Amino acid sequence: MVEDRTYLCRCEDLTKEKLHEILDKYDDISMEEIKRITRATMGPCQGRTCKELIAREIAKYRDENLEKVGLPSYRAPITPTKLGEIARSEENDG
Amino acid sequence: MMDSADVVVIGGGSIGCSVAYNLAKTGVENIVLVEKNFLASGATGRCAAGVRQQWGTRENCLVAKRSIELLKDLSVELDAELDFRQSGYLLIASNEEERDQLETNMELQNSLGIPTKELTLAEAEDLVPYLDTKDAKRAFFCGEDGHLDPFKTTFAYARAAERLGVEINTHTEVTDIVYKNGIEQVVTKRGSISTDLVVNATGPGTKYIGKILNLDHPVEPERHQILITEPLENMLGPMVISFQHNSYIQQVPHGGFIMGYGNPNEPHYVNYKHSWRFLDNMAKKAVQQLPVLEDVRVVRQWAGHYGISPDGQPILGTVPGYDGYYLACGCGKGFMFSPAIGEGMAKLITGKELSIPIEKMSIERFESGELISEPAVV
Repeated sequence: MVEDRTYLCRCEDLTKEKLHEILDKYDDISMEEIKRITRATMGPCQGRTCKELIAREIAKYRDENLEKVGLPSYRAPITPTKLGEIARSEENDG
Repeated sequence: MMDSADVVVIGGGSIGCSVAYNLAKTGVENIVLVEKNFLASGATGRCAAGVRQQWGTRENCLVAKRSIELLKDLSVELDAELDFRQSGYLLIASNEEERDQLETNMELQNSLGIPTKELTLAEAEDLVPYLDTKDAKRAFFCGEDGHLDPFKTTFAYARAAERLGVEINTHTEVTDIVYKNGIEQVVTKRGSISTDLVVNATGPGTKYIGKILNLDHPVEPERHQILITEPLENMLGPMVISFQHNSYIQQVPHGGFIMGYGNPNEPHYVNYKHSWRFLDNMAKKAVQQLPVLEDVRVVRQWAGHYGISPDGQPILGTVPGYDGYYLACGCGKGFMFSPAIGEGMAKLITGKELSIPIEKMSIERFESGELISEPAVV
């Protein structure tokens, strides 16, 4: 049987149900803390597919303004980049 | 928020939460912890998650050893998964000078019961088959060292402390400390707490709390940058530290490779910016040491701080002339030392027999000037 689950973070498997469970358990938990507990937004997609989805779900579940949720930082590099390519990049630049 | 407490702990990182938990466990009541941001939002949550005993001073070795002892049962005690894994630290010496230093350190470690071994390069390659040893002379290994999850550990200490009655207030910045003949009150942006005992557990922020009391604590925030790659199957084993590259590389249990270094010549202030220069240098250091990482992708880089002291050892205990004011600063090793520091501070405050030599780590040592500096910081 297919379980009734909605994945918000596909890299790190955070489901909507799990998110609700965390929000029920800790009244004042921030999205920064949820990120650190669940690893959500820290996978290979760098949070591009999930970050805003999760923020919106938190706002909806708590019935609060999206701005109050506060998005965790976007971090460099802008796209996943191979260490070897970075290591060689300066040599290529001349 | 409580307006009166027996103890106020400032700082919601690993040390603050460990101190609060251990105080409550020792039987102290009415403990309040205040954190200006969220739990593990500072140095703890930005650190490399390593725990090691291979240090070069007696005090650092003893605090590290006690922490590893406590970590063996900590997840049961706190009733939480902490991802503690003892996969060892491999320290690489690239010249005779480094080798002599690491040999001296090993003799000290062995004399204190820390099972560090000197390895030939062939033995090091057996341990880490992907390691490029062409620039290495010798390696040193302690299999009891390893990895611990900073977030899970800090949250586990905080939740266990709450179960014992500790009140934890995040987003509660300290703005003033009222001191007359002793500590009287801690003033925060969310209200004041009357108390006669304060523990400053703010890591790289230690000196900023000190300034409120007109004290000049010798702890400076030193920026260290770090990056993590996409997760791969477990293939590295130990943390690899190179003194030549001044860097560390570890594969965390989740699979990502975490690596970093700091530049001690930078100006010391709280600076969370990350740089392209770091990414570039770190990538070079990584592929030189572990060429197999060439095709592994970096997903994220960030910066955090060591709170560095002039001798690279923690600053713990009372401050002469300031009744009721305690320091609990790990000085660049706060997270990995947090189990022993929390226990030790609770024992000191409640007058119990000490489990680590806190008297040797008092701030008073900087007055007498008899410093023994830690030689093995990366």
